[in-house]
Amino acid sequence: MSTRNPARSTLLAVTMLLAALWPSLAWAHTEEGRAEGFLAGLHHPVSGLDHVLAMVSVGLWGAQLGAPAVWLLPVTFPMVMAFGGTLGLIGVPLPGVEVAIAVSGITLGLAVLAEWRPALWLAAVIVGFFAIFHGHGHGSELPAGASGLLYSIGFVAATGTLHAVGIGIGAIHRWGWGQVALRVAGGLVASAGAFFLWRALA
Amino acid sequence: MTGRVLRRAIGAAAALSLLPATSHAHLVNSGLGPFYDGVSHFALTPEDLLPALALALLAGQRGSRAGRLALFALPTAWLLGGLLGLVFPTIESVTALTTVSFLALGGLVAAEARLQPEWVTALAVVVGLPHGYLNGAAMTQAKLGALGVVGIVSTLFVVVALAAAMVVAVRVPWGRIAVRVAGSWIVAIGLLLLGWSLRAA
Repeated sequence: MSTRNPARSTLLAVTMLLAALWPSLAWAHTEEGRAEGFLAGLHHPVSGLDHVLAMVSVGLWGAQLGAPAVWLLPVTFPMVMAFGGTLGLIGVPLPGVEVAIAVSGITLGLAVLAEWRPALWLAAVIVGFFAIFHGHGHGSELPAGASGLLYSIGFVAATGTLHAVGIGIGAIHRWGWGQVALRVAGGLVASAGAFFLWRALA
Repeated sequence: MTGRVLRRAIGAAAALSLLPATSHAHLVNSGLGPFYDGVSHFALTPEDLLPALALALLAGQRGSRAGRLALFALPTAWLLGGLLGLVFPTIESVTALTTVSFLALGGLVAAEARLQPEWVTALAVVVGLPHGYLNGAAMTQAKLGALGVVGIVSTLFVVVALAAAMVVAVRVPWGRIAVRVAGSWIVAIGLLLLGWSLRAA
């Protein structure tokens, strides 16, 4: 009676282990896709060089133009871009999105290169026009199952941060060498835009 | 014999103590208790957090009086709405409310609209009641009750106090521009949310 039965002990140990590990009903992750959506939105604007260069150029150009353009452009751009994204989401077709995004790089790069100073309204119209295409092309590419709201938050935050980076770099405009460096950067952006245009048309 | 039975009993008790009960790993049910579940619900729900933040920024833009009025009007309205939601939890979520809140409040902040403090207070009531109601309904659904709503409203009070005071204290021009940029971001998010809603419909 007192003899130890290894089989019974093992059975008991396995039973206790299974009981401890028994998964009961778990309602984990009922809010599925939220973190994934945010990270996807945050990542998307910085994943395409065409978008990155155009966004940074907006900041550079704003810094060259000074007040009030330096704050007007970053305030209006996200809203107009989101309007373009909404058009894309509801299925309004916009022809030549990739071409327009490439042309935006060329135009903004040349504006920085030439340190072009148009009237404020014209600068806002140019930037707003291209913002619609950037929003249409990039704002609606949500991964399956991800949260649209969190994707939008990440997308807008990343785009705004790119503007801030451009404005931050543009702060070197106060020095003579900085003005030259900005113009060189504008030339590089325009060149990259030409490459993207060639690729879009090929 | 007695020792072996005792060891088995202790082992079985230990195993049973580790047996997981039904787990609700939902954001509003963290296991910290209903108050902190309410706190985390508000802090992790942009549908509520961003409109509250936008209203606080707007109140801060309009000066210290508007900030003080909003500081009490918004949580009070939110609490009243939350209590209504606890009693009549018929509606759980309204995407249109989130979208309109984002567009309207973000737009007012981006434009730095020159509203009188009384209008800001009225806006706080208009925003707080429906958002609070939906929170109250969510707390009922999560079985968190009034303490969950209190957690939400307490966090809301802190958020409004900090954000509005920070904007009131801003003196440098770029600081006020940064607030307007934040408003434009909220509008942009609202526009994209509108697009998602229309596409889903």
